[in-house]
Amino acid sequence: MSTATATTAPALAADARIPLRGHLRHTGALIRRNLLWIRQDPESMFDALLMPIVFTLLFVYVFGGSIGQALGGGQDAYVQYVIPGMLAMMSMTMSQGVGTGFSQDFNSGVMDRFRSLPIGRGSVLFAKITVELGRMLFATTVLMIVSVLVGFEITNWPGLFATVGLSALFASSIMWVFLTLGVILKNAQSVQAMGFLVLFPLQFGSSIFAPTDSMPGWLQHFTDYNPLSTLADAARGLMVGGPVAHDLWVTIGWSVAITAVMAPVAIHKFRTKN
Amino acid sequence: MGGGTVLGMTRIDKNPEGGSAAVSVRGLVKHYGETKALDGVDLDVREGTVMGVLGPNGAGKTTLVRILSTLLAPDAGHATVAGYDAVRQPRQLRRVIGLTGQYASVDEKLPGWENLYMIGRLLDLPRKEARTRADELLERFSLTDAAKRPASTYSGGMRRRLDLAASMIGRPAVLFLDEPTTGLDPRTRNEVWDEVKRMVGEGVTVLLTTQYMEEAEQLASELTVVDRGQVIAGGAIEELKAKVGGRALRIRPADPLRLRPLADALDELGITGLATTTVDTDRGDVLVPILSDEQLTAVVGAVTARGITLSSITTELPSLDEVFLSLTGHRASAPQDAVPTDDRQEVAV
Repeated sequence: MSTATATTAPALAADARIPLRGHLRHTGALIRRNLLWIRQDPESMFDALLMPIVFTLLFVYVFGGSIGQALGGGQDAYVQYVIPGMLAMMSMTMSQGVGTGFSQDFNSGVMDRFRSLPIGRGSVLFAKITVELGRMLFATTVLMIVSVLVGFEITNWPGLFATVGLSALFASSIMWVFLTLGVILKNAQSVQAMGFLVLFPLQFGSSIFAPTDSMPGWLQHFTDYNPLSTLADAARGLMVGGPVAHDLWVTIGWSVAITAVMAPVAIHKFRTKN
Repeated sequence: MGGGTVLGMTRIDKNPEGGSAAVSVRGLVKHYGETKALDGVDLDVREGTVMGVLGPNGAGKTTLVRILSTLLAPDAGHATVAGYDAVRQPRQLRRVIGLTGQYASVDEKLPGWENLYMIGRLLDLPRKEARTRADELLERFSLTDAAKRPASTYSGGMRRRLDLAASMIGRPAVLFLDEPTTGLDPRTRNEVWDEVKRMVGEGVTVLLTTQYMEEAEQLASELTVVDRGQVIAGGAIEELKAKVGGRALRIRPADPLRLRPLADALDELGITGLATTTVDTDRGDVLVPILSDEQLTAVVGAVTARGITLSSITTELPSLDEVFLSLTGHRASAPQDAVPTDDRQEVAV
């Protein structure tokens, strides 16, 4: 019976495929929506503005002296060490925002409106990722300004841009994880709690804040392949010099692997969510 | 009363026009564990008509709308909207529907205009057209003054009007309204009704879910009554009303102190309507369900015989509860806000 009625469908909408231009248009409209959110609620940018400032000052002036000594220098040596680490850390913390924002959209009902519209499922996800990457770029800019003020010296400027690119690549892969959490968890608080649970060990079991030489062996194995460590070490190599290749490839490998696994999962969960 | 002759009229199999059903649902099933949200629902909405789906909370109304708007996949059965299969042709289907409900809403943080513009763009309108359409619809739903304010600052009625406007952007052939007035005060509710009537006047096919018989009567031409995931009755609204025998007399004595004697008089009369006679001490009146004109006359006679002066006597539609009682023999499962029962004593007749 249904096949009989299906054939009476108007020709107008017979082609269900959405052309690339359509995808771009939809993503564009949704990016605009997310940007309007920021305009409506500028406080939502506070974390992107304040986090780099507070963390830089905290780590440089609180831990800088003593860790710097261990590095064979002083506070200045620590600045050179920790700033690339901060950059890596921020790419991770900022990506959490996609999950909480997504969860809110589901609970407010606006997501059901989107899902009842003839748009590609990916558009909603891509728009969110694009805007969050923009926020991350803003936070990175703030971080770089603060770090130059506390004495950070970039010896290789092209390396800075390569670092930003690498962070964005890694961040976008992590965002798929948080998007998935945003779809499957009940509310924004759970997403945040879960994010914290994932982020915390990754952040501190890494070379972000201090060299890993003094850590126990098992932890060193973890940190060696912890993408946050490799991202931080790659950033150091790229911006202030040193070996880069291993860390660069491990980071890229992680980013590609995480995206390859989590992007389809996120889209699937998004599509089939009740 | 022969149920078959009254209720058989919406079967598509016997539909003489054949294929003019804008919405067609066959054997739809959706279970959540033990809960049977939908348990074999059949339903047809003819093009250009308004179908009311009446039922208490938890009857499966929202599940039905979510399946029809492709937000939810059914466990069994199938559904088509404007000829498109809800499971196999979701994208084509989405292009021809509009949805307004308790859940599918606008973006609260965005201004009204931006909400409409965004949906226009998502529906592939060119920029200029999306802009004009947003302006047009704001004007039409009397929201032009609030165009630039975030939707979160809107009143309940404005929010619903914006929701309706949002669902109209794509000029849908079929519109789903899921409890469009639940939680609104009576005046705002009337406002929303007027808007819906205007939309219907423009030829949109509407499937509307509601908990209120009055709302169904105002807006729908046909009615499907659902309970616990099943259709328990269906047909033209007039026929259903006739079947339910739907009337209740609201009688108010001129002297509030005579309320109790009035109730006693009616008690003695022993009229067995659809439900029990209720005394509303707050409003100072008695609600008597009746089935016939003879009973109406008998009530008036009994009141006169007791010498009770009345200040008013009005006829009301049966409540959802009464409709259910007469159709199923049991009360509606749990309509929390359908019938206010506080401060109301029940007097068995």
